Amino acid sequence: MFSNPDLYKFIFGRLTLDQIPYHEPILVATFTAVALGGIALLAALTYFRVWGYLWKEWLTSIDHKKIGIMYVVLALIMLLRGFSDALMMRLQQAIAFNGSEGYLPPHHYDQVFTAHGVIMIFFVAMPFVTGLMNLVVPLQIGARDVSFPFLNNFSFWMTTAGAIIIMISLFIGEFAKTGWLAYPPLSGIAYSPDVGVDYYIWGLQVAGIGTTLSGINLIATIVKMRAPGMTFMKMPVFTWTSLCTNILIVASFPILTATLALLTLDRYAGTNFFTNDLGGNPMMYVNLIWIWGHPEVYILILPAFGVFSEVVATFCGKRLFGYASMVYATCVIMILSYLVWLHHFFTMGSGASVNSFFGITTMIISIPTGAKLFNWLFTMYHGRIRYEVPMLWTVGFMVTFTIGGMTGVMLAIPPADFVLHNSLFLIAHFHNVIIGGVLFGMFAGVNYWFPKAFGFKLDPFWGKMSFWFWQIGFWFAFMPLYILGLMGVTRRVSQFDDPSLQIWFVIAAVGAGMIAIGIACFLIQLVVSFMKREELRDHTGDPWNGRTLEWSTSSPPPAYNFAFTPIVYDHDAWWDMKNRGYKRPTEGFIPIHMPKNTGTGVILGVLSIGFAFGMIWYMWWLAAITFVAMIAITIGHTFNYKRDYHIPADEVVKTENERTKQLAGQV
Amino acid sequence: MTTHTANAPMDGETPAFYLKEEHHPEGSTMLGFWIYIMSDCLIFAVLFATYAVLGHSYAAGPSPADLFELPLVALNTAMLLFSSITYGFAMLAMEKDNKSGTLMWLTITGIFGALFIFFELYEFYHLILDGAGPQRSAFLSAFFTLVGTHGLHVTTGIVWLITLMVQVGRYGLIAENKRRLMCLSMFWHFLDVVWIGVFSLVYLMGVLG
Repeated sequence: MFSNPDLYKFIFGRLTLDQIPYHEPILVATFTAVALGGIALLAALTYFRVWGYLWKEWLTSIDHKKIGIMYVVLALIMLLRGFSDALMMRLQQAIAFNGSEGYLPPHHYDQVFTAHGVIMIFFVAMPFVTGLMNLVVPLQIGARDVSFPFLNNFSFWMTTAGAIIIMISLFIGEFAKTGWLAYPPLSGIAYSPDVGVDYYIWGLQVAGIGTTLSGINLIATIVKMRAPGMTFMKMPVFTWTSLCTNILIVASFPILTATLALLTLDRYAGTNFFTNDLGGNPMMYVNLIWIWGHPEVYILILPAFGVFSEVVATFCGKRLFGYASMVYATCVIMILSYLVWLHHFFTMGSGASVNSFFGITTMIISIPTGAKLFNWLFTMYHGRIRYEVPMLWTVGFMVTFTIGGMTGVMLAIPPADFVLHNSLFLIAHFHNVIIGGVLFGMFAGVNYWFPKAFGFKLDPFWGKMSFWFWQIGFWFAFMPLYILGLMGVTRRVSQFDDPSLQIWFVIAAVGAGMIAIGIACFLIQLVVSFMKREELRDHTGDPWNGRTLEWSTSSPPPAYNFAFTPIVYDHDAWWDMKNRGYKRPTEGFIPIHMPKNTGTGVILGVLSIGFAFGMIWYMWWLAAITFVAMIAITIGHTFNYKRDYHIPADEVVKTENERTKQLAGQV
Repeated sequence: MTTHTANAPMDGETPAFYLKEEHHPEGSTMLGFWIYIMSDCLIFAVLFATYAVLGHSYAAGPSPADLFELPLVALNTAMLLFSSITYGFAMLAMEKDNKSGTLMWLTITGIFGALFIFFELYEFYHLILDGAGPQRSAFLSAFFTLVGTHGLHVTTGIVWLITLMVQVGRYGLIAENKRRLMCLSMFWHFLDVVWIGVFSLVYLMGVLG
C-alpha cells in the first residue's frame, strides 16, 4: 500500500499488520465475540433510540449518583475480563504437567497474569470503591452533589479511558509481560522493547489522573459539604472510611504517577533511573512503587470496612459498637499504611534492623484491624440479626478476612518471608484479603445500596446462590495455593515438572469454576431482579430500616437528593429522626441550585485515548494533535462561566408530591 | 435500645430536622486546590528523593561541581523570586478592584516567568552540547527530570496566567476570576518554594561537592 517506508513509519509509527494477533486462535475468538457483542449492543442502542438519552442523562451527567453507578458498571465489565484471565491461568496450571505445555505459551501466559493483576486492582477494585463512595457519600452527609461536579465526570472518563487503553492491547499489539508492577530492569526498554509496557504505563497514567482528582474531590466534599450539625464525630462510618481512603489516594497516587513517569523517561528518552548501567538503580523503582502500593491496598480495604460497619449496624438493628474506636482505628490504619512498604521486599537485602522495623510495623497494623473485627462482633452480640444478602457477605468476610490477616502476619516475619517470598503462599494471602475483604465488601455494598440507586431490591435467592458459590469456591481455589506455597512453588510459572503437585492445581481450578458460577449467579440476580422489579419495588426509600441519611430520601433519590437540607444531631441521623417524630415536609419548597451537565469530560477522555495510543505506537503526530486539543478544550471549558441552573420550585413540588403519594400508597 | 446515648433522647419535643432555606456550604475551591498542590508536592518529593539517591551516581561522568555555573543560577533564581513579588502586587491590585493594575502586574510576572524558562533552557542546551545530557548518568537523569519538571510547571503557570489575563480583560474582576487568580497565586508561590529546594539541594550543595 505504501511504497515509501518513511511515510508509513511517520503515519503508523511502529504499528504493522503483524501486530494484529490474527494467528492466535484464542484472541481471534475473543475478538469475534467482543465485536459481535459490541455490534449487537450498538444496534440495540440505535434501534431503541437511546443514544440521545444515554448522552444527555448519563455520559455527560455530573450527578454523583449516576457517575457512581457508571463506575460500578465499569468495574463489573472489567471484572468479567479480569476473571477470564484468572480462569485461563487456572486451566493452564491444572493441565501443564508431565511434559504437556498446556494451551498458553509462556509469552501469552505472562501477559495474562500481568493483565489479570492490573485489571483487578486498577479497573475492578478501584472503580468499584470509587463508585460506591460517589454514590453514597454525598447522600450520607446530606449534600446535593460533590464539591466539583464537573471534575467528578472528568475523573470517571479518565478512569474509563485507562481501562479502554488496556483493553485495546488485547487486539492491537500485546500487553506487558512483566507482572502487575512492571519491575525494571525487566520493564526497561532493553528487556521489554515491545509495546506491552507502554500500554501498561499509559493506561495507568491516564486512569491515575482520574483517581487523584476524584480523591481531591471527595475530600473537599466530606470536609466542606456536610449538613449542618454533622461534626466529624457524627459522620457515618462509611463516610469516615471514605475520607481516609481519599486522603490515602491523594497522598499516594502522585507517587505512582511520578514513578511511572521516570520509567517512561527511561523507555522513551534513554535516561538511566532504573537501568543496570550508568548509575541506574532498579531497587529505587521497587521502593517507590511500593510506597504507593501499600497505601493502595488500604485504599481498597477501608471503604469495604465502611460498608461492613453500615451493614452490621443496620441488619442487627443496633447502634454500631465502638463508633469512636472504629474511627480511630481507621485513622491509625491510614497512617500506618505508609510505614510498612518494605515488607514487600524483605529479600532486597536491606539488613536485619531495617527488616525488623518494617516487620514490626506490619504486625502492628493487625491491632486496629482486629479492633474493628471485635467491634463488628460486639455489634452482632445481642443484636436482632437479619441474614439478608449484605449481612451474609459480611459474615463471610469476617471469617475469610481473619484467616487472610493471619497469613499476612506470618508473611510479616522477615525470616519466614525469606522462605515464602514470591511463592504461591503470598498469592493465596493477598487473594484471601482482597477477595475476602474488598470484593465481599463491594458485593455487600451493591446488595445493600442497590435499592437506593434503582428503587427496587435485588432478588435475594440469586444473591444467596452467588454468595455461597463465591464463598465455597474461594476456599477451594486458594487453600491449595497456601499448601503449594508452603511446598515452595513460586508464582508466575506456567509449566510444572513434579506430577505430585497437579492435584492441588486441579482443586484450585475447580474452585475457580465455582467462583465462575458465583459470578454467573450475580449476573442472573441482576436480570431476575430487573424482571421482577415491580415485586421487589421499594416505595419507602428505606427498605432495610436504615440508620443513615441516604435512607431518608426517596429511592432513587431526586437529582437534588434532599428537598431541604437535613439537620443532624446524631451519627445515626436517620434513625434519630425516625425515633424523634420527624415529619417529612410537604410544602414550602424553594428553587434548588444545581450544576449543569457537560460533554467536556467525555471529549477529554476520548482525546486521552488518542494521545496514549499515539505515544504507545510512536505515532508522534497523533500524540501531538490530541495533546494540543486536550489543552485547548480544557482552556475553552474555563471560558464557560454559566455552569449552574435552578430547579424551579414547582418542579420540586411535583417531584415531592409524587413521593408523598408513593408513601401514602405504601401505608 | 440500651446503647442509645444521651444526646438523642427518645422523649421530649421534636427538634428542627431540616433547613427551611437554601443551604450554602462555604466554597470548597480553595481547600480543593490546596489538596491538589499537596499532591503535586508529592511528585516533587519523589523527584527530590530520586535525586538524593542517584545524585552521586556519576557513572564516571561529570559531577555538579564540573557543570553548574552559580551566577547563571543566581540570575535564574532572581527572575523567579521577582515574579513571585510581582504576583503579590497583582493580588494587591485585585483586592482594590484595580483591573488595569492587576493586568499590568500579571504581565510583568509572566515576563519574569518566561525569562526564568529562557535561562533554564539556555543552561540545558549548553549542558547537552557539552555531552552532559540526561542520558549520560543517573545523576544527570535525576537532575534534568527534577529541574525540568519544575520548568514544565512554570510553563503551565505561564499558559494559565495568559488565559486568566484574557478572562480578566474580557469579564473583569468578577468573583470567579478572583478565585481563579487566588488559585494561580498559590500555584505560583508553590513553585517558588519548590525552586528554593532545588536551588539549595541541587545547585548549592552540588557545587559544595
